[in-house]
Amino acid sequence: MTTTMEWPATPPVSRLHPGDLAGLASVGLRTRKLRASLSALGIAIGVAAIVAVLGLAASSSAVLLNEISQLGTNLLTVTNGQSLPGSTAELPLAAPAMISQLPGVTGVQYTGTVSNASAYRSPDIPTINTNALTVAASSLGLPAVTGTSVAAGSYLNAATVGEPVAVLGSAAAQRLGLDRVWPGMRIWVGGMWFYVVGILNPAVLAPEIDSSVLIGFPAARHYLGFDGHPSEVYVRTQNTSAAVNTVDGKLGGQADPENPGQVNVSQPSNALTAQADAAGALDTLFLGLGAVALLVGAVGVANIMIISVLERRQEIGLRRALGATKSHIRIQFLSEAIMLSLAGGTVGVILGAVSTGVYGHTRGWPIVIPIEAWVGGLVAALFIGALAGLLPAIRAARLSPTEALLTM
Amino acid sequence: MSAGMTAPAGRAGDGVRPVPVPVLELEEVSKAYPGSPPVQALDQVSLSVLAGELTGIVGPSGSGKSTLLHLMGTLDKPTAGTVRVTGINVARMGDRELSGLRASRIGFVFQQFFLAEHQTVLGNVADGLLYAGVPRARRRQAAAAALARVGLAHKAAARATQLSGGERQRVAVARAIAGRPPVVLADEPTGNLDSATGASLLALLEELNAAGTTIIIITHDHAVAARMRRRIEMLDGHIIADTGELP
Ligand SMILES: Nc1ncnc2c1ncn2[C@@H]1O[C@H](COP(=O)(O)OP(=O)(O)OP(=O)(O)O)[C@@H](O)[C@H]1O
Ligand SMILES: [Mg+2]
Repeated sequence: MTTTMEWPATPPVSRLHPGDLAGLASVGLRTRKLRASLSALGIAIGVAAIVAVLGLAASSSAVLLNEISQLGTNLLTVTNGQSLPGSTAELPLAAPAMISQLPGVTGVQYTGTVSNASAYRSPDIPTINTNALTVAASSLGLPAVTGTSVAAGSYLNAATVGEPVAVLGSAAAQRLGLDRVWPGMRIWVGGMWFYVVGILNPAVLAPEIDSSVLIGFPAARHYLGFDGHPSEVYVRTQNTSAAVNTVDGKLGGQADPENPGQVNVSQPSNALTAQADAAGALDTLFLGLGAVALLVGAVGVANIMIISVLERRQEIGLRRALGATKSHIRIQFLSEAIMLSLAGGTVGVILGAVSTGVYGHTRGWPIVIPIEAWVGGLVAALFIGALAGLLPAIRAARLSPTEALLTM
Repeated sequence: MSAGMTAPAGRAGDGVRPVPVPVLELEEVSKAYPGSPPVQALDQVSLSVLAGELTGIVGPSGSGKSTLLHLMGTLDKPTAGTVRVTGINVARMGDRELSGLRASRIGFVFQQFFLAEHQTVLGNVADGLLYAGVPRARRRQAAAAALARVGLAHKAAARATQLSGGERQRVAVARAIAGRPPVVLADEPTGNLDSATGASLLALLEELNAAGTTIIIITHDHAVAARMRRRIEMLDGHIIADTGELP
């Protein structure tokens, strides 16, 4: 207590602990809750829309991909192509038998379209009302190989194959107004009665079966004058992509050694995979709406921050008097904007996930929220907050302390 | 208190008469606010405040008192002249250094208190050290000590909104002294208080001064100024009277 009091010639510089910044950034949110939540609402809606769009797309494509993997990707279809422009080439009668000999093939079934016959509920129906049904002869093991099954009744068998007996594809049954099978039930095919003994479930991999009225090959020959040429051969291979590819490459030559070029070979699961991709593609309309909501949200946050800076002029002045640097003020308001926007983004992610969950649940979909959806939503919110808060924060920092402290 | 400060009469008991240290020095300081015509708020003002002084600055409205205080507190820069705070010429200092100077060496008390309503009294006082690089726990300790010094330890957990005007200004004083700055600048600290409350706030400031803090109080109330050991009178940007630095 006896020395002359002196102060170091360089005072310590101002410092703000990062931990204190969180508290500072939330001042606006804590003191003006209603206003803060309203301004974050736009961002919440935008992020929710984007998360929901991405989530629903992912969930719906997951359903299809699931289905495809259950049905298997090892089904190949062989159809007759064209010989000359306009005229249809026919597959040789021996095609199915030839194909069965290929190594890697585990099952071969086939149908032959009976082009001169149509099917009706009864003879009273005008002949032009074909309901777009196809009458086709079928081999006996068709359902198993094409990935469908019998929904009601039974399939064609050795006893019924030569009789006037038919099995309906699921769509065919629907169009004929039949949903169950009873003894004596019959339809009018090619000018005579055929008894319906079974109805199939939908064949997802071979949708052409759905709209078919299927009868035995001998019956088709005998009653409808069918020539017996197969028009569609369904080939199951061993379930490896190597086997599928090998068989795929040889099918044309094996089915019609003389005109391999007139044979079409396809893999139905490919079409379904494309369909799944399409379902997984984003709904651009909703994404666009989400983007607009985000933009509106950004404007809202920027607006609220500018008002906040005006209102809190004296707080800024006081902080400057307490030793806050310009950059302390800037980072405080910037963080506040980011926090506001992130809060909106978080609510948006939750809303989007919940709506995906609710909608997916009603449709029985598996719920998939892709990581890009929610991480992307939060990152977008962060980015928007920074962008929206930048100008107000710079304004706040530029305010001179004496002006800020002025009382009106 | 440090014997280095110019001791009030009758209190330099050890017989040592130390050299008084100037805390604030203004040399021919002028401040003009831009405008048409520009406002000459201060015109070549020279002034030195020594450590330990209790100084009142009086003058009518518009005489430049607040401008002077802002310059002394480094919240603004003069158009001409030199300002030294604790011996440091602030002219060439950047924003970071000036802010550091304010954070560590200057306490402010304003007429409007400027307390944060969403915070407790203790939190408000602790914010006096927010930019001084002091960790939160130590800020709160220092705040509790400062609250005890202004006689409001029992209100630490209260909200600012639950306090009377006099109590609020005491909290503001506690915030100003939480970091134990050598100098406290008060702009009309009693301006929003009734005369009895104002008198008790002045008594508190006198107490703090007696304990070693240099205090400068701006007022346009002559009764308040009359209580100060040193009085500076201002008019139109000039000092027209100064009872002088202590002998
Ligand atoms: N930011 C500013 N811009 C322009 N003129 C200003 C500004 N601040 C103060 N002035 C002017 O400078 C002069 C001095 O103002 P100052 O605030 O220092 O007066 P004061 O003595 O504190 O008055 P009061 O007792 O009313 O607070 C006044 O004429 C005022 O109008
Ligand atoms: Mg004033």
